[in-house]
Amino acid sequence: MSTASQPGPVSIPAPRSRTRQRSNYELYSWLFMRVSGIVLVFLVLGHLFIMNILDGGVQRINFAFVAGRWSSPFWQVWDLMMLWLAMLHGTNGMRTIINDYAERDQTRFWLKMILFVAAGFIILLGTLVIFTFDPNIG
Amino acid sequence: MTATVDAPATPAPVTTDVTFRVRRYLPEVDEEPHWEEYTVPLYPTDRVLTALEKIKGEIDGTLTFRRSCGHGICGSDAMRINGRNRLACKTLVKDLDITKAITVEAIKGLPLEKDLIVDMEPFFAAYRAVLPFLITDGHEPTRERLQSAEDRARFDDTTKCILCACCTTSCPVYWTDGQYFGPAAIVAANRFIFDSRDTGAEQRLEILNDREGVWRCRTTFNCTDACPRGIEVTKAIQEVKRALIFRRV
Ligand code: HEM
Ligand code: SF4
Ligand code: SF4
Ligand code: FES
Repeated sequence: MSTASQPGPVSIPAPRSRTRQRSNYELYSWLFMRVSGIVLVFLVLGHLFIMNILDGGVQRINFAFVAGRWSSPFWQVWDLMMLWLAMLHGTNGMRTIINDYAERDQTRFWLKMILFVAAGFIILLGTLVIFTFDPNIG
Repeated sequence: MTATVDAPATPAPVTTDVTFRVRRYLPEVDEEPHWEEYTVPLYPTDRVLTALEKIKGEIDGTLTFRRSCGHGICGSDAMRINGRNRLACKTLVKDLDITKAITVEAIKGLPLEKDLIVDMEPFFAAYRAVLPFLITDGHEPTRERLQSAEDRARFDDTTKCILCACCTTSCPVYWTDGQYFGPAAIVAANRFIFDSRDTGAEQRLEILNDREGVWRCRTTFNCTDACPRGIEVTKAIQEVKRALIFRRV
């Protein structure tokens, strides 16, 4: 007789090698792609509209324009969110593509290392610039 | 008075010569697979399976393929016909463009063994891994396990699977990553996860929450297009994803 927690004849040996530890990592990663995608629609399209179309578009962008925008916490938060979400979204998407196409474990590992280091560098550098931008240089 | 037949008799069906380009591979003689052409006379209502049987019986007895029922039930003759995964026994000549040669090759993503035959073991290994059988707890009932019509309808679509592998071997993720469970195994899991009589849903969801589980699916719908049983395969996979998200997140 089987018990509630160990029901039925489930002792078929696992035929394929795969991770045995329980983890919701892929679930959260899948959810994150969708949630960040939805937020990015507004952030990125809004960004492109403001920068390229609104009053004179890209012609008016110069040092003073950037300095003016980043003196407001609103645009700092906007740009920071766009940076982080786009980088994490893009990096996670590239991780998927590497898993798809790199077959050897070594190749996978090193491609991902390059990806993560590059992403980490850009995120840190971008964050640093947004917060420490000094309008009085130059 | 004798009735006279005025209507012209329906014309007797005529055969047309149809050319097939078959990807042949005999491991004893061939280094590499190669294409070979065969022309056979067929009625428009003939199936591709009939053509293969004619080729094997009348032109080249070495042509090797699997078939059993010939009626879309056993799932043994999945192959790539004109680039699409289908059952040879359910594909009629009249539905194909016979002005060009019809290409026939083995399904992709599983190891090629001979001509149109692949090693199905990795496919069935993934199937076995999702525990595709009824799991219950408590005492054995003395009568049948009853279920309402609505509860039965909940998983009706996925009961139709004949394990032909058309879906799994049309999946681009499966082609590039053979560790992915593949749509057919997820269909089999769906069949039991949403069965009100079954109590093994948690175990199967946990298995499919794996790195190579449902999250590998990219919703490209190749599997749904390929399924000869008309199962909404991608939808079945999404149902499993939803169950994972809303039960445990
Ligand atoms: C504009 C709004 C965006 C939306 C709605 C969006 C949505 C999505 C979704 C839902 C996925 C997952 C696809 C899947 O799992 O099959 C995805 C994948 C991906 N996204 Fe985005 N995304 C957006 C912007 C971006 C941006 C700005 C980047 C680059 C920084 C990017 C790079 C990627 C990459 C590389 C993938 C992986 C592609 C793949 O899985 O084949 N996306 N995107
Ligand atoms: S919908 Fe998912 S399982 Fe189906 S073919 Fe596409 S990636 Fe593969
Ligand atoms: S879901 Fe459809 S295509 Fe896939 S194995 Fe079952 S019957 Fe074949
Ligand atoms: S021969 Fe059985 S399904 Fe085609």
